[in-house]
Amino acid sequence: MNWTWFHRLASPPYIFALARRLTPWFGWTSGLLIAAGLYGGLVLAPPDYQQGDGFRIIYVHAPSAWMSLMVYTTMAVAAAIGLIWRIKVAHAVAASCAPIGASFTFAALATGSLWGAPMWGTWWEWDPRLTSELILLFLYLGYMGLRGSIEDTQRADRASAVLAVVGIVNVPIIHYSVTWWNSLHQAPSVMRLGKPAMPVAMLVPLLIMLLAFTLFFVAVLLVRLRGEILSRERAASWIGEALGS
Amino acid sequence: MTNVTAVTGEPAALAGEEGRGPPAPASMLDAARLVLLRDLKLAFRRRGQLVQPLAFFAMVTTLFPLAVSPELSRLREVAPGVLWVAALLASLLALEFLFRDDAHDGTLEQYSLSGQPLTWLMLAKTVTHWLLTGAPLALMAPLAALSLGAPGASVPGIVICVAVGTVALSLIGSIGAALTLGIRRSGVLLALLTLPLSLPVLIFGARATELAIRGSAYGAPLELLAAMAILGITLAPLAAAAGVRISLE
Repeated sequence: MNWTWFHRLASPPYIFALARRLTPWFGWTSGLLIAAGLYGGLVLAPPDYQQGDGFRIIYVHAPSAWMSLMVYTTMAVAAAIGLIWRIKVAHAVAASCAPIGASFTFAALATGSLWGAPMWGTWWEWDPRLTSELILLFLYLGYMGLRGSIEDTQRADRASAVLAVVGIVNVPIIHYSVTWWNSLHQAPSVMRLGKPAMPVAMLVPLLIMLLAFTLFFVAVLLVRLRGEILSRERAASWIGEALGS
Repeated sequence: MTNVTAVTGEPAALAGEEGRGPPAPASMLDAARLVLLRDLKLAFRRRGQLVQPLAFFAMVTTLFPLAVSPELSRLREVAPGVLWVAALLASLLALEFLFRDDAHDGTLEQYSLSGQPLTWLMLAKTVTHWLLTGAPLALMAPLAALSLGAPGASVPGIVICVAVGTVALSLIGSIGAALTLGIRRSGVLLALLTLPLSLPVLIFGARATELAIRGSAYGAPLELLAAMAILGITLAPLAAAAGVRISLE
């Protein structure tokens, strides 16, 4: 089997060109899917029998929450690859993931809070999922803080990679301890959505939005990755050729 | 320099014990013991620094009756939370000193060049941190708890919970301290890195203490604390050693 395609993935010029070629594909596909998912979710899906039209925020909230975890996993895997095989591009991927993941986490928290205000009667509930999400935001901020305070790029890469790997080991522990803490301290007074199976007309737009958000993440990641590679390789000679063409 | 002095980084401390014989390769256990003794000796030469986290702990627990209310019935309810938040912050405060001086005078570089596994030496340093902050905090916590209205019968439970929980705190903290080693004014960043990772310890520690104060069985959360401490012992020194190596580059 020929492995050259795989080894080329570690080469910054190749990844830079590849990212430039792939960005429009991911960007436009996610744009179309977001339009379709929003139309399905906001117009076609029937109102919820309990929450009326209020539940429709789920079409932004749930994909954001899903992405917040997926981006963290991507970041930790990329960081581990960079740490183990010393691949610069992998570190660049991890560095590009962090602000995107923090934004998704913030979006999930903000939409969750907006959703909670009419449904739970409060902007903030110490619900386990909300609390874990908040802690995830702190983990992202810590990662970016550590990366920002080390001047040398290589050291920043490797130190923040260790932190990302430590974080991914801790995320399940934090999640389950928060769940346990909550079940001890608070009666389950919060109304839960989705325990009865969702009707198909509600579920399909949600799945479309999940896919659309994933593609959107890839598109933004590719743009950020190009910026990251440009700033890291600014002294390299291939940059001039790549930008001049 | 003999192998042994390279391990300790302080020839004077060992000249009497080892003499000037040919350098014998020190075993892993010897190296860890020497690191532990050296750190303890250095710490006891600077007693002022040693009592700072403890004074901080006492101060923070004093703030709560003033801020909340002097009624013992209300204080008893918040006592576990107060104890654990204060212990967490005191342990964090002491973390800054864990590697800083050794990084400044080059001792850490000597450790990493000594041929001994750095992971093992990191574990020894973390044990020192626990002996100097965790263990005294475990002894002080019952005093603070009693002043917050906990019954006398809860004292053994509180000592055990804080002693086990601070092991996990020291280990988690050693990772953050190692990663922030070369950074100037790293205090806030260290807190930002360490506190989210310490939350499970806080949750189960406060829960176990709460049960102990109520006089109920606190075995289950204590066992979870112990599990976290054991997980920390196996994994945290690896990450701390990796962090120190990166900071030394």
